[in-house]
This record gives sequence, structure tokens and C-alpha cells, in this order.
Amino acid sequence: MLQGKKIAVFGVANEFSIAWAIAKAIHEHGGELALTYQNERFEDTVRRLAQSINVEMVLACDVSQDDQITGVFERLSQNWDRLDGLVHSIAFAPATALRNPFLQTTREDFLVAHDISVFSFLALTRAAVPLMQSGGSVITLTYLGSQRAIPGYNVMGVCKAALEACVRYLAAELGDKNIRVNALSPGPIRTLAARGVPGVLQMIEIMKERAPLKRSTRQEEVGNAAVFLLSDYASSITGEILYVDCGYQAMGM
Amino acid sequence: MADVMEKIRDIIVDRLKVDPSEVTPDASFVEDLRADSLDVVEMVMRLEETFDITIPDDDVEKLRTVGDAVAYVERRLKEKAGV
Ligand SMILES: NC(=O)c1ccc[n+]([C@@H]2O[C@H](COP(=O)([O-])OP(=O)(O)OC[C@H]3O[C@@H](n4cnc5c(N)ncnc54)[C@H](O)[C@@H]3O)[C@@H](O)[C@H]2O)c1
Repeated sequence: MLQGKKIAVFGVANEFSIAWAIAKAIHEHGGELALTYQNERFEDTVRRLAQSINVEMVLACDVSQDDQITGVFERLSQNWDRLDGLVHSIAFAPATALRNPFLQTTREDFLVAHDISVFSFLALTRAAVPLMQSGGSVITLTYLGSQRAIPGYNVMGVCKAALEACVRYLAAELGDKNIRVNALSPGPIRTLAARGVPGVLQMIEIMKERAPLKRSTRQEEVGNAAVFLLSDYASSITGEILYVDCGYQAMGM
Repeated sequence: MADVMEKIRDIIVDRLKVDPSEVTPDASFVEDLRADSLDVVEMVMRLEETFDITIPDDDVEKLRTVGDAVAYVERRLKEKAGV
């Protein structure tokens, strides 16, 4: 489904990362990959994972640093004649913002969370556009906490609402370049980032009980949905939030 | 049950890049093995995956030393087997 497509994936931390499941699915469907990692702490693990699917381009990119973003896209343009896909699977909120009541969120925590989880999507997309000469597909990862209040998700829910608005504004502006911009909205999955949200294990149990499919979402299923959005099969889909959540969002109880 | 200790040692050595000989039952994750909070979460996830158990946050807080983790996993495995 992705034969000949060149896709950069941001946000692999370890083997549990949604970005890793997406990278594996892209690889299985014939896409060519570049992976990035946040900093040295993650480098070993990400290189080891990359090697297991024969990915050679593995680049450092802390998205809070403009020069690192510029650097990564320079490297990409040196290695590739164009870019067809961008996957943004990055979010962060300081632990204090997730442990304390939402009402107590500090200005600093609020800004950091929005910088890393929202602005970075705009920044990466902006850097990618010049390389997307024959159109492209951009994906980010969001969560239902943007639309409903989910206890403990706090400032991250506010970030995801802003992120989803970015999807719509970017889709509107980039349509004439044939660049599509969408978000995947998975149900709760056990990952490093998710373990930072108090009560996430309980959220998974509630999902198994109440979602129409009576189970929780697996990383691989998000990978498959990403392949679809990155592929030409999704050629008319842009500005969309696609739920990959066993139907949980359809329920009122 | 020596098996549990061995698997836990592998997980710790892989994540913390410490010498296997440092991974003794009374070694503490944070003080002796220099794990940060992300390391702890990552190791907990690998324990969950390896032993097919779920470790709630409240329990994570009680796992201070390697021995704590071994005893905890052994107890949870027994419970799972219904012993
Ligand atoms: N796991 C879930 O339940 C779930 C559900 C819905 C949406 N999501 C979203 O999926 C995305 C991926 O998260 P995940 O669950 O796979 O967890 P994860 O911890 O594996 O991934 C989060 C990634 O963000 C990266 N990151 C954080 N700060 C960064 C920075 N300054 N620069 C560069 N990278 C940085 C981390 O290195 C990590 O790779 C996030 O946007 C998350 O909000 C997760």
C-alpha cells in the first residue's frame, strides 16, 4: 500500500510506542522510513528497533529546539528527493500538571505542554511542506480527552483540542498542495507516555467493559489505520479525526 | 523461581546498563542502580509484558529494591496460577 513512499516518523521511544507500531506497519507495506528520537536517553533503543526493520536514517530531534527541527529536515532533503508522509506521535506534560487538579495547572506547565504537544506539530509540518513536492499525508495522534473531560488527562486534553484544531487549519491551508492532514484518535494503550497519566490502567479496564468491541485497542491497529491514511486509498480524506478505539467514542455510557 | 530473578536481572541490565553483578536483591533501583522515573516506568512495562501481569501505580511505588520486585512478581504469578 505504501510502495515507493518516503515517510518520516517522529516519536518512537521504545517497543511500546504507538510510533513504533506505525513504523513497523509502514515497513510491512513497503514504505521507506526515517525515524527520530528525542535525545540520547532513547538513542540506543531506537537505533536497535530501527535496525530490526533495516531503517538507516535515525536522527535526533528534540522538538523544543528549532535548530534540531531544521537539522532533521536538512538531513532528510539530502537523503531523499522528496517526502510523502510525516507522522507526529509526540506529546508531553509535566508530571505536576497530570497529578494535581486541572484547576491548579501552572502557567509554565501549561506552556510546556502546548509547546511539545501542539506547537511541535505545526513546526514539523511547516518544515515538511517544502519537501512534499508531489503532495503528501501528515498524521498526528490525538485522544478523546480533547472532546470530553477525562479525569486525570487535564492539560493534555486541552492540548489535544488545540492539536485537533491545528489539523483542520493545516488541512485547509495545505489542500491546494495536495497535502492531507489528519489525526488518529486511539483508545488508551499501555505506553510510556500513557503511564504518566494517573488512572490510565483503569481507563483501559473501563474501555474493555463498555466499548462496542468489548476490548481495548492494540498498537498494531493504530499502525494499520496510519498506513491507510498515509496511502492513496485515503486520497479524499483530510481534516479528519479518525477514531481507532473499538467504538468507545460512540457510547454515551 | 530463580527464573524470575534472572528475567528481572536481564530487564534491569538492559535498561540501566549496569553490570549484572550489581543487581543483587538488596540493591535499590533509584539509589544503587541510578534509575530515573522514566527508567522505572519502562522497566515496569517490561515486567508486565514478560510476566503477563498488570502492575498498578500504587504497587509500583512499593517496589524499592530488586528483591521487592522479585517477591512481588513471584506473588502475582502464584495468584495468577491460583495457588
Ligand atoms: N497511549 C495512549 O493511550 C494514547 C492514546 C491516544 C493518543 N496518544 C498519543 O500518541 C502519541 C504517542 O504517545 P505514546 O502513547 O506512543 O507514548 P510514547 O511515550 O511511546 O511516545 C511519546 C513520544 O513523545 C516523545 N517526546 C516527548 N517530548 C519530546 C520532545 N521534547 N522532543 C521530541 N520528542 C518528544 C517521546 O520521546 C516519545 O517518543 C502522543 O501524542 C499521545 O498523546 C496516546
